[in-house]
Amino acid sequence: MSKVDLSVNFCGMHLKNPVLLASGTIGYGNEIAQFTDINNLGGIVTKSLSLKPRKGNPPPRIIETSSGMLNAIGLANVGVEAFIKDKIPFLKELNTTIFCNIAASTIDEYVECVHILTSEDTINAFEINVSCPNVKEGGLEFGNDLQTVGRITEKIRSVTKKPIIIKLSPNVSRISAFAKVVKEEGGNAVSAINTLVGTSFDINTRRPKLYNITGGLSGPAIKPIALAKVLEIKRTVDIPIIGIGGIMNWRDAVEMMIVGASAFQIGTVNFINPNAGAEIVEGLISYCEKKSISKVSELTGSYQI
Amino acid sequence: MYSEKSFVQSVEKVSDEIFLVKVFSPAIACIVKPGQFCNIKVSENNLPLLRRPFSVSDVDDNFICFLFNVHGEGTNILSKKKNGDVLEILGPLGNGFSYKDDFQTAILVAGGLGMAPFPILTKNITGEKEIITLVGGRSKNQIVTAGLINISVATEDGSMGYKGTVLELLQEKINKTDKKKFKIFSCGPNPMLKALQKLSNENNYDCEMSVEGAMACGFGICQGCPIESANGESYLLVCKDGPVFNSKAVKL
Repeated sequence: MSKVDLSVNFCGMHLKNPVLLASGTIGYGNEIAQFTDINNLGGIVTKSLSLKPRKGNPPPRIIETSSGMLNAIGLANVGVEAFIKDKIPFLKELNTTIFCNIAASTIDEYVECVHILTSEDTINAFEINVSCPNVKEGGLEFGNDLQTVGRITEKIRSVTKKPIIIKLSPNVSRISAFAKVVKEEGGNAVSAINTLVGTSFDINTRRPKLYNITGGLSGPAIKPIALAKVLEIKRTVDIPIIGIGGIMNWRDAVEMMIVGASAFQIGTVNFINPNAGAEIVEGLISYCEKKSISKVSELTGSYQI
Repeated sequence: MYSEKSFVQSVEKVSDEIFLVKVFSPAIACIVKPGQFCNIKVSENNLPLLRRPFSVSDVDDNFICFLFNVHGEGTNILSKKKNGDVLEILGPLGNGFSYKDDFQTAILVAGGLGMAPFPILTKNITGEKEIITLVGGRSKNQIVTAGLINISVATEDGSMGYKGTVLELLQEKINKTDKKKFKIFSCGPNPMLKALQKLSNENNYDCEMSVEGAMACGFGICQGCPIESANGESYLLVCKDGPVFNSKAVKL
Protein backbone atom coordinates (compact mmCIF):
# COMPACT_ATOMS: atom_id res chain seq x y z
CA MET A 1 0.00 0.00 0.00
CA SER A 2 1.12 3.48 -0.80
CA LYS A 3 1.84 5.87 2.03
CA VAL A 4 0.38 8.76 0.07
CA ASP A 5 -3.01 9.88 1.36
CA LEU A 6 -5.06 10.41 -1.78
CA SER A 7 -8.30 11.13 0.00
CA VAL A 8 -9.94 14.50 -0.26
CA ASN A 9 -12.44 16.07 2.07
CA PHE A 10 -14.79 17.83 -0.28
CA CYS A 11 -17.84 19.71 1.02
CA GLY A 12 -17.90 17.39 4.02
CA MET A 13 -17.72 14.28 1.86
CA HIS A 14 -14.84 11.85 2.02
CA LEU A 15 -13.58 11.21 -1.52
CA LYS A 16 -11.17 8.26 -1.91
CA ASN A 17 -9.17 10.38 -4.29
CA PRO A 18 -9.71 13.54 -6.34
CA VAL A 19 -10.47 11.67 -9.59
CA LEU A 20 -14.08 12.05 -10.70
CA LEU A 21 -15.68 11.00 -13.98
CA ALA A 22 -17.45 13.92 -15.64
CA SER A 23 -21.13 14.14 -16.37
CA GLY A 24 -22.17 13.21 -19.88
CA THR A 25 -19.09 11.12 -20.46
CA ILE A 26 -20.02 7.96 -18.60
CA GLY A 27 -23.80 7.77 -18.82
CA TYR A 28 -24.97 6.33 -15.53
CA GLY A 29 -21.79 4.34 -14.96
CA ASN A 30 -22.80 0.89 -16.16
CA GLU A 31 -21.14 0.92 -19.61
CA ILE A 32 -17.73 2.12 -18.46
CA ALA A 33 -17.78 -0.40 -15.61
CA GLN A 34 -16.93 -3.06 -18.22
CA PHE A 35 -13.51 -1.47 -18.70
CA THR A 36 -12.57 0.01 -15.34
CA ASP A 37 -13.30 -0.42 -11.65
CA ILE A 38 -15.26 2.69 -10.76
CA ASN A 39 -14.90 1.85 -7.07
CA ASN A 40 -11.23 2.82 -7.21
CA LEU A 41 -12.14 6.37 -8.19
CA GLY A 42 -13.15 9.34 -6.08
CA GLY A 43 -16.58 9.52 -7.61
CA ILE A 44 -18.75 9.73 -10.69
CA VAL A 45 -21.04 12.45 -11.94
CA THR A 46 -24.06 11.00 -13.69
CA LYS A 47 -25.39 12.19 -17.04
CA SER A 48 -27.44 15.40 -16.80
CA LEU A 49 -30.98 14.61 -15.72
CA SER A 50 -34.06 16.61 -16.51
CA LEU A 51 -37.49 16.09 -15.02
CA LYS A 52 -38.85 14.40 -18.13
CA PRO A 53 -36.85 12.25 -20.56
CA ARG A 54 -35.13 14.07 -23.40
CA LYS A 55 -34.53 12.47 -26.76
CA GLY A 56 -31.52 14.66 -27.55
CA ASN A 57 -30.41 16.17 -30.85
CA PRO A 58 -30.46 14.37 -34.20
CA PRO A 59 -27.08 13.35 -35.63
CA PRO A 60 -24.40 14.41 -36.33
CA ARG A 61 -23.78 15.06 -32.66
CA ILE A 62 -20.00 14.75 -32.50
CA ILE A 63 -17.17 16.16 -34.60
CA GLU A 64 -13.49 15.85 -33.93
CA THR A 65 -11.41 19.03 -34.03
CA SER A 66 -7.71 19.73 -33.48
CA SER A 67 -6.89 18.12 -30.13
CA GLY A 68 -10.52 18.27 -29.17
CA MET A 69 -14.07 17.45 -30.06
CA LEU A 70 -17.34 19.30 -30.43
CA ASN A 71 -20.47 17.67 -29.07
CA ALA A 72 -24.09 18.63 -29.30
CA ILE A 73 -25.87 15.71 -27.65
CA GLY A 74 -28.70 17.93 -26.45
CA LEU A 75 -28.98 16.48 -22.94
CA ALA A 76 -30.41 13.16 -24.06
CA ASN A 77 -31.42 11.51 -20.79
CA VAL A 78 -33.89 9.12 -19.23
CA GLY A 79 -35.60 11.62 -16.93
CA VAL A 80 -35.88 11.57 -13.15
CA GLU A 81 -38.47 8.81 -12.86
CA ALA A 82 -36.60 6.25 -14.97
CA PHE A 83 -33.34 7.27 -13.30
CA ILE A 84 -34.72 6.31 -9.90
CA LYS A 85 -36.26 3.09 -11.17
CA ASP A 86 -33.59 1.83 -13.60
CA LYS A 87 -30.29 3.54 -12.80
CA ILE A 88 -30.20 3.94 -9.02
CA PRO A 89 -30.10 0.14 -8.44
CA PHE A 90 -26.75 -0.05 -10.28
CA LEU A 91 -25.37 3.09 -8.65
CA LYS A 92 -26.44 1.85 -5.22
CA GLU A 93 -24.03 -1.08 -5.43
CA LEU A 94 -21.05 1.15 -6.13
CA ASN A 95 -18.63 2.00 -3.39
CA THR A 96 -17.81 5.50 -4.56
CA THR A 97 -19.26 8.99 -4.26
CA ILE A 98 -22.19 9.68 -6.56
CA PHE A 99 -22.76 13.19 -7.83
CA CYS A 100 -26.10 13.59 -9.58
CA ASN A 101 -26.02 16.19 -12.34
CA ILE A 102 -29.24 18.10 -13.02
CA ALA A 103 -30.08 20.15 -16.10
CA ALA A 104 -33.36 21.92 -16.58
CA SER A 105 -35.19 24.46 -18.69
CA THR A 106 -36.71 26.46 -15.88
CA ILE A 107 -35.76 27.31 -12.30
CA ASP A 108 -38.82 25.41 -11.07
CA GLU A 109 -37.69 22.31 -12.94
CA TYR A 110 -34.26 22.40 -11.26
CA VAL A 111 -35.93 22.71 -7.88
CA GLU A 112 -38.38 19.91 -8.56
CA CYS A 113 -35.68 17.52 -9.75
CA VAL A 114 -33.56 18.10 -6.66
CA HIS A 115 -36.59 17.97 -4.41
CA ILE A 116 -37.51 14.52 -5.73
CA LEU A 117 -33.97 13.15 -5.78
CA THR A 118 -32.64 14.45 -2.48
CA SER A 119 -34.30 11.63 -0.56
CA GLU A 120 -32.32 9.04 -2.55
CA ASP A 121 -29.56 7.87 -0.21
CA THR A 122 -27.45 6.76 -3.17
CA ILE A 123 -26.97 10.36 -4.27
CA ASN A 124 -24.27 12.07 -2.24
CA ALA A 125 -24.28 15.47 -3.90
CA PHE A 126 -25.84 17.48 -6.71
CA GLU A 127 -23.98 19.07 -9.54
CA ILE A 128 -26.17 21.67 -11.18
CA ASN A 129 -25.63 22.19 -14.88
CA VAL A 130 -26.46 25.83 -15.59
CA SER A 131 -24.21 25.88 -18.58
CA CYS A 132 -25.04 23.28 -21.22
CA PRO A 133 -24.46 25.02 -24.55
CA ASN A 134 -26.56 22.61 -26.60
CA VAL A 135 -30.16 23.13 -25.64
CA LYS A 136 -32.23 25.95 -26.96
CA GLU A 137 -34.10 26.97 -23.86
CA GLY A 138 -32.40 27.66 -20.54
CA GLY A 139 -28.93 26.20 -20.38
CA LEU A 140 -26.49 28.73 -21.61
CA GLU A 141 -28.76 31.65 -20.85
CA PHE A 142 -28.89 30.61 -17.19
CA GLY A 143 -25.16 30.19 -17.05
CA ASN A 144 -24.64 33.66 -18.52
CA ASP A 145 -26.78 35.53 -16.07
CA LEU A 146 -25.43 36.23 -12.59
CA GLN A 147 -28.80 36.87 -11.04
CA THR A 148 -30.30 33.67 -12.43
CA VAL A 149 -27.39 31.53 -11.27
CA GLY A 150 -27.85 33.10 -7.83
CA ARG A 151 -31.56 32.35 -7.82
CA ILE A 152 -31.10 28.76 -8.94
CA THR A 153 -28.54 28.20 -6.18
CA GLU A 154 -30.74 29.82 -3.55
CA LYS A 155 -33.87 27.88 -4.56
CA ILE A 156 -32.10 24.53 -4.72
CA ARG A 157 -30.47 25.24 -1.36
CA SER A 158 -33.93 25.47 0.15
CA VAL A 159 -34.85 21.89 -0.88
CA THR A 160 -31.70 19.91 -0.08
CA LYS A 161 -29.12 19.59 2.66
CA LYS A 162 -26.77 17.69 0.38
CA PRO A 163 -23.79 19.48 -1.16
CA ILE A 164 -24.65 21.66 -4.15
CA ILE A 165 -22.00 22.17 -6.79
CA ILE A 166 -22.79 24.60 -9.56
CA LYS A 167 -21.15 23.76 -12.89
CA LEU A 168 -20.08 27.04 -14.41
CA SER A 169 -19.93 28.16 -18.00
CA PRO A 170 -16.61 29.39 -19.39
CA ASN A 171 -18.55 31.39 -21.97
CA VAL A 172 -18.61 34.47 -19.71
CA SER A 173 -16.21 37.33 -19.18
CA ARG A 174 -15.70 36.97 -15.39
CA ILE A 175 -16.24 33.42 -14.16
CA SER A 176 -15.19 34.36 -10.62
CA ALA A 177 -18.22 36.64 -10.32
CA PHE A 178 -20.42 33.56 -10.78
CA ALA A 179 -18.45 31.59 -8.21
CA LYS A 180 -18.96 34.47 -5.77
CA VAL A 181 -22.74 34.46 -6.30
CA VAL A 182 -22.85 30.68 -5.81
CA LYS A 183 -21.06 31.05 -2.49
CA GLU A 184 -23.29 33.91 -1.35
CA GLU A 185 -26.45 31.98 -2.15
CA GLY A 186 -25.43 28.90 -0.21
CA GLY A 187 -23.79 26.73 -2.88
CA ASN A 188 -21.03 24.50 -1.53
CA ALA A 189 -18.68 24.42 -4.50
CA VAL A 190 -18.29 25.08 -8.20
CA SER A 191 -17.26 22.91 -11.13
CA ALA A 192 -15.26 24.70 -13.78
CA ILE A 193 -15.43 24.53 -16.69
CA ASN A 194 -18.21 23.26 -18.86
CA THR A 195 -17.50 23.12 -22.60
CA LEU A 196 -16.81 26.17 -24.76
CA VAL A 197 -19.16 27.03 -27.61
CA GLY A 198 -17.64 26.19 -30.96
CA THR A 199 -18.57 25.15 -34.45
CA SER A 200 -17.15 23.52 -37.56
CA PHE A 201 -18.17 23.81 -41.21
CA ASP A 202 -17.68 21.61 -44.25
CA ILE A 203 -15.83 23.70 -46.84
CA ASN A 204 -17.33 21.78 -49.75
CA THR A 205 -20.98 21.92 -48.80
CA ARG A 206 -20.59 25.10 -46.65
CA ARG A 207 -22.86 23.45 -44.16
CA PRO A 208 -22.27 23.03 -40.41
CA LYS A 209 -20.87 19.64 -39.45
CA LEU A 210 -23.14 19.42 -36.40
CA TYR A 211 -26.91 19.24 -36.74
CA ASN A 212 -27.16 21.74 -33.88
CA ILE A 213 -24.73 24.06 -35.77
CA THR A 214 -22.78 24.82 -32.59
CA GLY A 215 -21.51 22.42 -29.97
CA GLY A 216 -19.41 22.28 -26.84
CA LEU A 217 -15.66 22.05 -27.30
CA SER A 218 -13.84 19.67 -24.97
CA GLY A 219 -10.57 17.78 -24.83
CA PRO A 220 -6.94 18.82 -24.50
CA ALA A 221 -7.57 21.87 -26.67
CA ILE A 222 -9.41 23.58 -23.80
CA LYS A 223 -7.06 22.73 -20.93
CA PRO A 224 -5.23 26.08 -20.84
CA ILE A 225 -8.57 27.90 -20.66
CA ALA A 226 -9.83 25.63 -17.89
CA LEU A 227 -6.64 26.18 -15.91
CA ALA A 228 -6.95 29.96 -16.25
CA LYS A 229 -10.61 29.92 -15.17
CA VAL A 230 -9.90 27.73 -12.14
CA LEU A 231 -6.99 29.95 -11.18
CA GLU A 232 -9.16 33.06 -11.52
CA ILE A 233 -11.76 31.59 -9.18
CA LYS A 234 -9.15 30.35 -6.73
CA ARG A 235 -7.52 33.77 -6.46
CA THR A 236 -10.80 35.63 -6.05
CA VAL A 237 -13.32 33.52 -4.14
CA ASP A 238 -12.94 31.19 -1.17
CA ILE A 239 -14.96 28.23 -2.50
CA PRO A 240 -13.95 24.63 -3.28
CA ILE A 241 -13.45 23.98 -6.99
CA ILE A 242 -13.77 20.85 -9.08
CA GLY A 243 -11.46 21.42 -12.04
CA ILE A 244 -12.62 20.19 -15.45
CA GLY A 245 -11.28 20.67 -18.94
CA GLY A 246 -8.93 18.67 -21.10
CA ILE A 247 -7.36 16.47 -18.43
CA MET A 248 -5.87 13.49 -20.27
CA ASN A 249 -3.31 12.16 -17.78
CA TRP A 250 -1.91 12.55 -14.27
CA ARG A 251 0.31 15.49 -15.27
CA ASP A 252 -2.72 17.46 -16.41
CA ALA A 253 -4.45 16.49 -13.17
CA VAL A 254 -1.58 17.71 -11.01
CA GLU A 255 -1.53 20.98 -12.95
CA MET A 256 -5.27 21.40 -12.38
CA MET A 257 -4.85 20.87 -8.64
CA ILE A 258 -1.92 23.29 -8.44
CA VAL A 259 -4.03 26.11 -9.92
CA GLY A 260 -6.74 25.53 -7.34
CA ALA A 261 -8.84 22.40 -7.87
CA SER A 262 -9.67 20.30 -4.79
CA ALA A 263 -10.86 17.49 -7.05
CA PHE A 264 -11.11 17.19 -10.80
CA GLN A 265 -13.21 15.51 -13.45
CA ILE A 266 -12.07 13.69 -16.53
CA GLY A 267 -14.42 13.61 -19.51
CA THR A 268 -13.34 13.34 -23.11
CA VAL A 269 -10.46 11.00 -22.22
CA ASN A 270 -13.00 8.39 -21.05
CA PHE A 271 -14.09 8.00 -24.68
CA ILE A 272 -10.52 7.23 -25.72
CA ASN A 273 -9.22 5.36 -22.72
CA PRO A 274 -11.97 4.11 -20.40
CA ASN A 275 -9.34 3.15 -17.84
CA ALA A 276 -7.81 6.65 -17.73
CA GLY A 277 -9.16 7.37 -14.24
CA ALA A 278 -7.36 4.40 -12.70
CA GLU A 279 -4.16 5.32 -14.54
CA ILE A 280 -4.37 8.87 -13.23
CA VAL A 281 -4.73 7.55 -9.67
CA GLU A 282 -1.52 5.54 -10.13
CA GLY A 283 0.25 8.56 -11.63
CA LEU A 284 -0.78 10.76 -8.72
CA ILE A 285 0.63 8.28 -6.24
CA SER A 286 4.04 8.13 -7.91
CA TYR A 287 4.16 11.90 -8.37
CA CYS A 288 3.42 12.45 -4.68
CA GLU A 289 5.97 9.83 -3.65
CA LYS A 290 8.66 11.42 -5.79
CA LYS A 291 7.87 14.87 -4.47
CA SER A 292 7.52 13.66 -0.85
CA ILE A 293 3.93 14.85 -0.68
CA SER A 294 2.06 12.95 2.02
CA LYS A 295 -1.45 14.22 1.24
CA VAL A 296 -2.58 14.86 -2.33
CA SER A 297 -4.81 17.67 -1.07
CA GLU A 298 -1.66 19.67 -0.34
CA LEU A 299 -1.47 20.26 -4.08
CA THR A 300 -4.69 22.27 -4.19
CA GLY A 301 -3.89 25.90 -4.90
CA SER A 302 -0.19 25.32 -4.27
CA TYR A 303 0.83 27.55 -7.17
CA GLN A 304 3.87 29.77 -6.76
CA ILE A 305 3.19 33.08 -8.43
CA MET B 1 -14.77 -6.64 -24.35
CA TYR B 2 -11.11 -5.83 -24.16
CA SER B 3 -8.77 -2.91 -24.54
CA GLU B 4 -5.86 -4.66 -26.14
CA LYS B 5 -2.43 -3.42 -27.19
CA SER B 6 -2.08 -5.14 -30.53
CA PHE B 7 0.93 -5.56 -32.79
CA VAL B 8 0.51 -4.82 -36.46
CA GLN B 9 1.41 -7.85 -38.56
CA SER B 10 0.97 -6.23 -41.97
CA VAL B 11 -0.72 -3.46 -43.90
CA GLU B 12 -1.52 -4.48 -47.43
CA LYS B 13 -2.88 -2.39 -50.28
CA VAL B 14 -5.85 -4.29 -51.69
CA SER B 15 -6.78 -1.77 -54.39
CA ASP B 16 -6.09 1.86 -55.28
CA GLU B 17 -7.96 3.15 -52.29
CA ILE B 18 -8.41 0.18 -50.00
CA PHE B 19 -6.07 -1.26 -47.37
CA LEU B 20 -6.12 -4.38 -45.22
CA VAL B 21 -4.49 -4.24 -41.79
CA LYS B 22 -3.82 -7.45 -39.91
CA VAL B 23 -3.08 -7.26 -36.19
CA PHE B 24 -2.13 -9.73 -33.46
CA SER B 25 -5.01 -9.39 -31.05
CA PRO B 26 -5.67 -12.80 -29.43
CA ALA B 27 -8.17 -11.76 -26.77
CA ILE B 28 -10.45 -10.04 -29.26
CA ALA B 29 -9.87 -12.66 -31.98
CA CYS B 30 -11.25 -15.49 -29.90
CA ILE B 31 -14.58 -13.84 -29.06
CA VAL B 32 -15.42 -11.54 -31.97
CA LYS B 33 -18.60 -12.30 -33.89
CA PRO B 34 -19.44 -11.40 -37.50
CA GLY B 35 -20.70 -7.82 -37.73
CA GLN B 36 -18.97 -6.56 -34.59
CA PHE B 37 -16.44 -3.76 -34.73
CA CYS B 38 -13.41 -2.40 -32.90
CA ASN B 39 -12.48 1.15 -32.00
CA ILE B 40 -8.84 1.77 -32.80
CA LYS B 41 -6.45 4.44 -31.53
CA VAL B 42 -4.10 4.95 -34.46
CA SER B 43 -1.65 7.26 -32.69
CA GLU B 44 -0.23 7.65 -29.21
CA ASN B 45 -0.74 11.42 -29.18
CA ASN B 46 -3.73 13.71 -29.64
CA LEU B 47 -3.48 13.76 -33.43
CA PRO B 48 -6.01 12.44 -34.02
CA LEU B 49 -7.59 12.53 -30.60
CA LEU B 50 -10.36 9.98 -30.98
CA ARG B 51 -10.36 6.32 -31.87
CA ARG B 52 -11.64 5.21 -35.27
CA PRO B 53 -14.31 2.49 -35.60
CA PHE B 54 -13.73 -0.38 -38.06
CA SER B 55 -15.72 -3.53 -38.76
CA VAL B 56 -13.82 -6.70 -38.09
CA SER B 57 -13.37 -8.15 -41.54
CA ASP B 58 -11.79 -11.47 -40.80
CA VAL B 59 -10.21 -13.58 -38.08
CA ASP B 60 -7.21 -15.81 -38.62
CA ASP B 61 -6.23 -17.66 -35.46
CA ASN B 62 -4.91 -14.92 -33.12
CA PHE B 63 -5.06 -12.22 -35.77
CA ILE B 64 -7.89 -9.91 -36.73
CA CYS B 65 -8.21 -8.00 -39.99
CA PHE B 66 -9.75 -4.67 -40.87
CA LEU B 67 -10.42 -3.29 -44.34
CA PHE B 68 -10.44 0.49 -44.74
CA ASN B 69 -10.03 3.25 -47.25
CA VAL B 70 -8.08 6.42 -46.64
CA HIS B 71 -10.42 9.34 -46.21
CA GLY B 72 -8.90 11.37 -43.41
CA GLU B 73 -5.94 11.79 -41.10
CA GLY B 74 -6.73 8.73 -38.96
CA THR B 75 -6.97 6.28 -41.84
CA ASN B 76 -3.95 7.90 -43.49
CA ILE B 77 -1.86 7.17 -40.37
CA LEU B 78 -3.26 3.64 -40.19
CA SER B 79 -2.33 2.98 -43.82
CA LYS B 80 1.32 3.74 -42.99
CA LYS B 81 1.67 1.36 -40.05
CA LYS B 82 4.46 -1.19 -40.24
CA ASN B 83 5.00 -4.67 -38.89
CA GLY B 84 5.58 -4.42 -35.13
CA ASP B 85 3.80 -1.08 -34.62
CA VAL B 86 1.31 -1.05 -31.77
CA LEU B 87 -2.38 -0.17 -32.04
CA GLU B 88 -4.63 0.27 -29.02
CA ILE B 89 -7.76 -1.70 -29.92
CA LEU B 90 -11.04 -1.67 -28.02
CA GLY B 91 -13.37 -4.49 -28.88
CA PRO B 92 -15.22 -6.41 -29.91
CA LEU B 93 -18.00 -3.82 -29.80
CA GLY B 94 -21.67 -3.79 -30.75
CA ASN B 95 -24.02 -6.52 -31.86
CA GLY B 96 -23.20 -8.65 -34.85
CA PHE B 97 -25.39 -10.35 -37.45
CA SER B 98 -27.98 -12.92 -36.36
CA TYR B 99 -26.87 -15.61 -38.75
CA LYS B 100 -28.10 -18.60 -36.82
CA ASP B 101 -31.78 -17.89 -37.51
CA ASP B 102 -34.05 -20.17 -39.45
CA PHE B 103 -33.19 -19.58 -43.12
CA GLN B 104 -31.68 -21.59 -45.95
CA THR B 105 -29.86 -19.00 -48.04
CA ALA B 106 -27.86 -16.00 -46.89
CA ILE B 107 -27.82 -13.19 -49.42
CA LEU B 108 -24.95 -10.84 -48.62
CA VAL B 109 -25.43 -7.41 -50.16
CA ALA B 110 -22.46 -5.04 -50.10
CA GLY B 111 -21.91 -1.57 -51.45
CA GLY B 112 -18.21 -0.89 -52.05
CA LEU B 113 -16.23 -1.28 -48.85
CA GLY B 114 -19.47 -2.38 -47.21
CA MET B 115 -18.20 -5.88 -47.92
CA ALA B 116 -15.78 -5.41 -44.97
CA PRO B 117 -17.69 -7.53 -42.41
CA PHE B 118 -18.57 -10.30 -44.89
CA PRO B 119 -15.43 -12.48 -44.98
CA ILE B 120 -15.86 -13.35 -41.29
CA LEU B 121 -19.60 -13.82 -41.79
CA THR B 122 -18.94 -16.06 -44.79
CA LYS B 123 -16.58 -18.23 -42.73
CA ASN B 124 -19.20 -18.66 -40.05
CA ILE B 125 -22.05 -19.55 -42.40
CA THR B 126 -20.14 -21.75 -44.85
CA GLY B 127 -21.19 -25.36 -44.52
CA GLU B 128 -24.37 -24.42 -42.66
CA LYS B 129 -26.28 -22.48 -45.31
CA GLU B 130 -26.09 -21.53 -48.92
CA ILE B 131 -24.46 -18.13 -49.57
CA ILE B 132 -25.10 -15.71 -52.42
CA THR B 133 -22.85 -12.64 -52.37
CA LEU B 134 -23.66 -9.46 -54.27
CA VAL B 135 -21.10 -6.68 -54.36
CA GLY B 136 -21.82 -3.34 -55.97
CA GLY B 137 -19.99 -0.12 -56.67
CA ARG B 138 -19.80 2.77 -59.08
CA SER B 139 -16.99 1.15 -61.05
CA LYS B 140 -14.67 -1.85 -60.87
CA ASN B 141 -11.95 -0.13 -58.80
CA GLN B 142 -14.41 0.03 -55.90
CA ILE B 143 -15.01 -3.69 -55.92
CA VAL B 144 -13.28 -5.88 -53.35
CA THR B 145 -14.22 -9.55 -53.14
CA ALA B 146 -11.40 -11.12 -51.11
CA GLY B 147 -12.69 -13.68 -48.64
CA LEU B 148 -16.12 -13.91 -50.28
CA ILE B 149 -17.71 -16.79 -52.14
CA ASN B 150 -20.36 -17.27 -54.84
CA ILE B 151 -19.99 -13.63 -55.88
CA SER B 152 -21.90 -11.55 -58.39
CA VAL B 153 -20.72 -8.03 -59.07
CA ALA B 154 -22.74 -5.00 -60.16
CA THR B 155 -21.17 -1.75 -61.32
CA GLU B 156 -23.09 1.34 -62.25
CA ASP B 157 -20.76 2.11 -65.15
CA GLY B 158 -20.75 -1.50 -66.32
CA SER B 159 -16.98 -1.82 -65.97
CA MET B 160 -17.39 -5.12 -64.14
CA GLY B 161 -20.21 -7.66 -63.97
CA TYR B 162 -23.85 -6.64 -64.14
CA LYS B 163 -24.43 -3.05 -65.32
CA GLY B 164 -26.61 -1.36 -62.75
CA THR B 165 -27.01 -1.08 -59.01
CA VAL B 166 -26.49 -3.90 -56.57
CA LEU B 167 -30.17 -3.60 -55.65
CA GLU B 168 -31.28 -4.21 -59.22
CA LEU B 169 -29.03 -7.24 -59.19
CA LEU B 170 -30.54 -8.35 -55.88
CA GLN B 171 -34.05 -8.04 -57.25
CA GLU B 172 -33.07 -10.16 -60.22
CA LYS B 173 -31.53 -12.84 -58.00
CA ILE B 174 -34.56 -12.93 -55.73
CA ASN B 175 -36.90 -13.24 -58.70
CA LYS B 176 -34.88 -16.21 -59.89
CA THR B 177 -34.72 -18.06 -56.58
CA ASP B 178 -37.46 -20.53 -55.88
CA LYS B 179 -39.38 -20.19 -52.65
CA LYS B 180 -36.46 -21.07 -50.42
CA LYS B 181 -36.21 -19.10 -47.20
CA PHE B 182 -33.53 -16.46 -47.47
CA LYS B 183 -32.16 -13.75 -45.25
CA ILE B 184 -30.43 -10.59 -46.44
CA PHE B 185 -27.30 -9.30 -44.69
CA SER B 186 -26.21 -5.91 -45.88
CA CYS B 187 -23.63 -3.21 -45.38
CA GLY B 188 -22.79 -0.17 -47.46
CA PRO B 189 -23.42 3.53 -48.01
CA ASN B 190 -26.56 5.01 -46.52
CA PRO B 191 -28.42 5.65 -49.81
CA MET B 192 -27.98 1.98 -50.73
CA LEU B 193 -29.16 0.80 -47.31
CA LYS B 194 -32.16 3.14 -47.49
CA ALA B 195 -33.21 1.72 -50.84
CA LEU B 196 -32.65 -1.82 -49.58
CA GLN B 197 -34.64 -1.12 -46.44
CA LYS B 198 -37.57 0.11 -48.51
CA LEU B 199 -37.41 -2.93 -50.79
CA SER B 200 -37.12 -5.36 -47.89
CA ASN B 201 -39.83 -3.85 -45.74
CA GLU B 202 -42.29 -3.58 -48.65
CA ASN B 203 -41.74 -7.23 -49.56
CA ASN B 204 -41.38 -8.42 -46.00
CA TYR B 205 -37.89 -9.80 -46.59
CA ASP B 206 -35.87 -10.68 -43.52
CA CYS B 207 -33.05 -8.14 -43.72
CA GLU B 208 -30.25 -7.02 -41.44
CA MET B 209 -28.22 -3.90 -42.12
CA SER B 210 -24.89 -2.89 -40.66
CA VAL B 211 -24.92 0.91 -40.44
CA GLU B 212 -22.26 3.55 -39.84
CA GLY B 213 -22.26 6.53 -37.53
CA ALA B 214 -19.68 9.03 -36.35
CA MET B 215 -18.85 8.10 -32.77
CA ALA B 216 -16.28 8.79 -30.11
CA CYS B 217 -16.30 5.96 -27.56
CA GLY B 218 -17.85 2.98 -29.34
CA PHE B 219 -19.57 1.52 -26.28
CA GLY B 220 -22.44 3.79 -25.36
CA ILE B 221 -21.08 6.55 -23.13
CA CYS B 222 -20.59 9.46 -25.52
CA GLN B 223 -24.09 9.24 -27.04
CA GLY B 224 -22.61 10.55 -30.25
CA CYS B 225 -24.07 8.02 -32.71
CA PRO B 226 -27.87 8.14 -32.45
CA ILE B 227 -30.14 6.44 -34.96
CA GLU B 228 -33.87 6.94 -34.79
CA SER B 229 -36.04 3.98 -33.88
CA ALA B 230 -38.61 2.97 -36.49
CA ASN B 231 -41.48 4.48 -34.49
CA GLY B 232 -39.54 7.74 -34.14
CA GLU B 233 -40.01 7.80 -30.39
CA SER B 234 -36.42 7.36 -29.33
CA TYR B 235 -32.84 7.24 -30.45
CA LEU B 236 -30.90 4.01 -30.42
CA LEU B 237 -27.10 4.07 -30.49
CA VAL B 238 -25.27 2.70 -33.52
CA CYS B 239 -22.37 1.52 -31.32
CA LYS B 240 -24.26 -0.28 -28.59
CA ASP B 241 -27.66 -1.16 -30.04
CA GLY B 242 -26.15 -1.79 -33.50
CA PRO B 243 -24.21 -1.51 -35.69
CA VAL B 244 -26.39 -4.30 -37.10
CA PHE B 245 -30.10 -3.56 -37.08
CA ASN B 246 -33.10 -5.33 -38.52
CA SER B 247 -34.40 -3.26 -41.44
CA LYS B 248 -37.69 -2.82 -39.59
CA ALA B 249 -36.10 -1.46 -36.39
CA VAL B 250 -34.68 1.89 -37.43
CA LYS B 251 -35.16 4.94 -39.63
CA LEU B 252 -32.22 5.60 -41.89
